[in-house]
Amino acid sequence: MQRFHTFTWMNLDQLVVRFQQKDVSAFETLYNMYSDSMLGVVNTIVRDNDIAQEVMQDVFIKAWHNAETYSSNKGRFFTWILNIARNAAIDKTRSKSFKNSKQNLNADFFVDIIASSDNLDRQTDSIGIKKFVSKLAEKCKNIIELLYFKGYTQKEASEALEIPIGTIKTRNRGCINELRNMLGE
Amino acid sequence: MDIEEYIASGILELYVAGSLSEKENQEVFEAIQQYPELLNEVLKIESAIIKLTAAGSPIDAKQLFTTIKSKLNLSNNDTKVVSLDKPKSNWIPYSGWAAAIILGGGLLWSITQNNNLKETIRVVENEKEFLEQKIEIANTDLSEAKNLLSILRDKNILSIPLGGQQVSPESYANVYWDKTNNSIYLDAQGLPEPPEGKVYQVWSLTLNPLTPTSLGTIDDFSEDDNKIFTITNTNESQAFGITLEPTGGSESPTLEQLYTLGTVSP
Repeated sequence: MQRFHTFTWMNLDQLVVRFQQKDVSAFETLYNMYSDSMLGVVNTIVRDNDIAQEVMQDVFIKAWHNAETYSSNKGRFFTWILNIARNAAIDKTRSKSFKNSKQNLNADFFVDIIASSDNLDRQTDSIGIKKFVSKLAEKCKNIIELLYFKGYTQKEASEALEIPIGTIKTRNRGCINELRNMLGE
Repeated sequence: MDIEEYIASGILELYVAGSLSEKENQEVFEAIQQYPELLNEVLKIESAIIKLTAAGSPIDAKQLFTTIKSKLNLSNNDTKVVSLDKPKSNWIPYSGWAAAIILGGGLLWSITQNNNLKETIRVVENEKEFLEQKIEIANTDLSEAKNLLSILRDKNILSIPLGGQQVSPESYANVYWDKTNNSIYLDAQGLPEPPEGKVYQVWSLTLNPLTPTSLGTIDDFSEDDNKIFTITNTNESQAFGITLEPTGGSESPTLEQLYTLGTVSP
């Protein structure tokens, strides 16, 4: 198992280097790995299918143009692109045109977006995840929302939820472990 | 290092979320280089998060890659197959041509590589310049903030809160009056953006009889980030008020448009 993972890691590293050298097929591979995830994150923030698709495309266009700014010692490639996606989506919600069209945006959890999603024919374990999020403890909903969908730092999350930083770490691990158990990993 | 304990601490989940400080990030990166078990765990966490987030996606994103490619003017390098009409012909001239083509292709490739590298250097230099500018801006902001703080802490400075009035009860502002330097610092953060064609005008007032003296209009309200304005005031003010006036200001305050008002405590 470990050997397998080390192998994929090396592949990923090489893939990223090729992507940075403007290799289109490496770009496509990375896109296929992360685009559903990024579209999910953006959609959770902007809550509009069309806008989400438009923003997600901009995210990958931005990644292509700024590929050379990524470096593996700054973090995972996934995390890098996740940051671009969250920032682009949050910027979108702050734009004038968006505010005008979305006066009554209520602050739902990612849980509601996932639970109401009817796109079930994807390769992802949507059905299992739907069930999982609907059963998720309230404290897990908050913490996953802030850390993964909103991009809060551990300090910001600790302040927002009024719990100590150490608790953020362990509680979040507990929540992600539940997710992993459900996914059978 | 106790690997089990490190994993159980939950730091790797935050690493994937991008929630750690730059320093912690670097530490985790180094630990992962050293212990393959950590990388293994990171990959599992990442894979779970990818599946969770992907569940919020309204459509299958793969179909959008073609649009992205065309927006970027990219195409996969399709190799064209050229069939030879006379397969039996003499191989010597063909191999000569092939050698020439390979040589030419190699040359072109090196030129492209060279240009790409030059382009990369240019991009990196731009990036560097941009970051330097950002640092400079941050330094300027910091010294401005320090300057403001020293003003607010000065014991010789009078602080006068201005409360919201009938037209806009939720508005507020603060005046910090430095009598020795004949200036006031107006903190107007609590005022709404003025509508098109209108500006805020600041008034110094003396009571009994009520005499307003204009201290000027705030023309750059929208552009100013910190909403703190330095205004000269040589008057023996007993109160300060802010009204909304047509662009250019008015001779005397429009009292129906009085946003905030506060008296100087004697």
